[in-house]
Amino acid sequence: MHRAAYETILDDPMFGDISLTQFLFGRLTWEAIPYHEPILVVTFAVVALGGIALLGLITKFKLWGYLWHEWFTSVDHKKIGIMYIILAIIMLLRGFADAIMMRIQQAIAFGGNEGYLNPHHYDQIFTAHGVIMIFFVAMPFVTGFMNYVVPLQIGARDVSFPFLNNFSFWMTTGGAVIIMMSLFVGEFARTGWLAYPPLSGADYSPGVGVDYYIWGLQVAGVGTTLSGINLIATIVKMRAPGMTFMKMPVFTWTSLCTNILIVATFPILTATLALLSLDRYVGTNFFTNDLGGNPMMYINLIWIWGHPEVYILVLPAFGIFSEVVATFCGKRLFGYTSMVYATCVIMILSYIVWLHHFFTMGSGASVNAFFGITTMIISIPTGAKMFNWLFTMYRGRIRYEVPMLWTVGFMVTFVIGGMTGVMLAIPPADFVLHNSLFLIAHFHNVIIGGVLFGLMAGVVYWFPKAFGYKLDPFWGKMSFWFWQIGFFFAFMPLYVLGLMGVTRRVSQFEDPTLQIWFVIAAFGAALIALGIASFVIQLVVSFFKRDELRVTSGDPWDGRTLEWSTSSPPPDYNFAFTPVVHDHDSWYDMKSRGYERPLEGFKPIHMPKNTGTGVVLSAISVVLAFALIWYIWWLAALSFIALIAVSIAHTFNYDRDFFISAETVTATEDARTKLLAERT
Amino acid sequence: MSATQVHDTGEKPTFYLTEDHHPENSTMLGFWLYLMSDCLIFAVLFATHGVLGRNYAAGPSPADLFDLSLVAINTAMLLLSSITYGFAMLQMERNAKMETLVWLGITGVFGAAFLALELYEFYHLIHEGAGPTRSAFLSSFFTLVGTHGLHVTFGIIWLVTLMVQVRKHGLTHENRRRLMCLSMFWHFLDVIWIGVFSFVYLLGVLG
Repeated sequence: MHRAAYETILDDPMFGDISLTQFLFGRLTWEAIPYHEPILVVTFAVVALGGIALLGLITKFKLWGYLWHEWFTSVDHKKIGIMYIILAIIMLLRGFADAIMMRIQQAIAFGGNEGYLNPHHYDQIFTAHGVIMIFFVAMPFVTGFMNYVVPLQIGARDVSFPFLNNFSFWMTTGGAVIIMMSLFVGEFARTGWLAYPPLSGADYSPGVGVDYYIWGLQVAGVGTTLSGINLIATIVKMRAPGMTFMKMPVFTWTSLCTNILIVATFPILTATLALLSLDRYVGTNFFTNDLGGNPMMYINLIWIWGHPEVYILVLPAFGIFSEVVATFCGKRLFGYTSMVYATCVIMILSYIVWLHHFFTMGSGASVNAFFGITTMIISIPTGAKMFNWLFTMYRGRIRYEVPMLWTVGFMVTFVIGGMTGVMLAIPPADFVLHNSLFLIAHFHNVIIGGVLFGLMAGVVYWFPKAFGYKLDPFWGKMSFWFWQIGFFFAFMPLYVLGLMGVTRRVSQFEDPTLQIWFVIAAFGAALIALGIASFVIQLVVSFFKRDELRVTSGDPWDGRTLEWSTSSPPPDYNFAFTPVVHDHDSWYDMKSRGYERPLEGFKPIHMPKNTGTGVVLSAISVVLAFALIWYIWWLAALSFIALIAVSIAHTFNYDRDFFISAETVTATEDARTKLLAERT
Repeated sequence: MSATQVHDTGEKPTFYLTEDHHPENSTMLGFWLYLMSDCLIFAVLFATHGVLGRNYAAGPSPADLFDLSLVAINTAMLLLSSITYGFAMLQMERNAKMETLVWLGITGVFGAAFLALELYEFYHLIHEGAGPTRSAFLSSFFTLVGTHGLHVTFGIIWLVTLMVQVRKHGLTHENRRRLMCLSMFWHFLDVIWIGVFSFVYLLGVLG
């Protein structure tokens, strides 16, 4: 029989017998602080010193008020988008630190050498790496872009539910905080990033690791689902007059499909993790080995979320590539309609392929054949997209600026990942390759080559829109080449190793002939580290050279969609007058048909007010999660009540909007007129 | 392409509105989407019950446990609460604040009666040794029915909050919108319950 959380209390001879410290702190003791792990102590010291230095600087320059009023409580979709991306970049550094630790460990742990990470620690690292990279790097990155770009592309002033947007961001951040806490208080899960039971059940993972995993994802999941609902409503209801669905920019289309997938799948993740927590906390038997439980149920459910999730990430990246290709080839996107249909078909198909993640479950030839075939079919719309991009380039005036480099790099890299994906989709082949490093190489191939390259292209492409100056191209190119070459060095050896039968999640090896491949992979990881360093240097260098790189026109790339029609950075209200759309490349259409910027007749603009409720609710959620992880029941009850009380109190505030006066709008627009005049 | 033809003619259409532009309100669509996402949570719980619902682990089966007449009364309470919520909305349309509040109050009482009966049933089952830890069937039963019950609980908290707000501010535009949302939520829970009643209780007892 397994022990559930509540039994730890009931097992006491008498309920009243538990000591005061146990009542106050649950299972949290000094033992939970990993002071005996030198790596963690050093990390903690560095993080703590860096954190104190940062907080000190903010205090010294009296930035708290500015940050609170202008950013943390902001309901402006542009600021929230930027905050999402900052969160993603910070978490990328953490996730990559995990990656490089694993690469070093596997390169040295041969022939009796245990390496520098014991299995207990190594298992936490690979779990944290996967969880962080998917949930707290890729997701906020993608959501950040959708938040920033979509309202601008559809000619709207904000999203449908601006407060909800701020709340969603802070819930995502809350989830990230919970995951980061596990580094220094207690431990993280040692189960792999999807926490399969029965390993993740109370019997085999009795510690706090899996609970950190569950509550971190649950808190972030609330944010993701709500942000998905928000963006669908925005795209459906807030488009500028004239923008029919088939005149929406492709990035907006891919965002729509992605958000539909988010709303259609994240509740499944929420419910599945809730069932797992019931198994762990209450002692139910959903995924246990005894009393009728069925662990494969979990694996089905989690992949019904998990497979669409990879399309949630890659569809917006496809959207970014589509914008970049059209802009830098100076042409309309080839096959706009087929691009839209391909996106929708991928969206639907992504929902009926989940079983290919566990062909080895033994569901029989017919079931496996069905899911193998649906999986292979997905490569058809994806291939159609690839040809659309190629034909857009064909006879275009291609400018090889940094976003275009990432796009071409993507096309080469992603096709390889796609082909190995089709190999894995063949059930008999999968029986050999399942859970091998071949699989690891495949999904890094598509996620780095597809999602990450797209996000990097997006950063360089939209950075001047957000900040008013371009990013330094030299360091951008350095970053691209280090990433591109580093990727091939880091992951091609894993294909080889996988074909030789090496499985994933192994911290030590016996066979010395394998070592050279791991050393090459570690070298690749080092190149990628240089790529990330170049990216950070690029941000810093560009900041110092910002006057040189300044973009006064608002349209540095000769763009084609509406976001380039407004100033860089755009004013709070985005557009002084709502644009009217006649074509899907509407800004190109406006430019080529002699659009003249309105200079007078501005009216007051109705805008939502900032609020701190999102920050407060998220902070309480983090406390609630912490209390549940450590079985501090009184605190859990208290914070749960506080959560409801604050939510209700928020609904009693009816004063939620204000007007930007016509004078302010006129002053802002006049300033831009002056700037545009100076340029010419 | 048509666009190319247009700009060959040199015709210059309107590219912006000079009047204030008010996009359509998105609350109903947004709330509907939320309900669909909630529906998926129930879908997972129904699916889980579908897979695990016969795994009694040598313990009691639905036929041994369920008291259908109790469940029938329970169902009646919830269905009646949906009707009375409908009456509240009709009064809201007539701008009758007091009557709206009365019908909302009655709805809340029916909802609370439903919850009380459900809690009694749970207490009774756990008392008989058929708690959620007994078998996978009972785990999925308690979770599905309990999740629905939690939703009703939140619905009642929300209902009370809205009654206070209607009392304080009257049937304003915002409050009407909020009452509409709660109305959708309340009827949605009714629909879910019909699924629970048919698939969990009736089919369960049939064996």
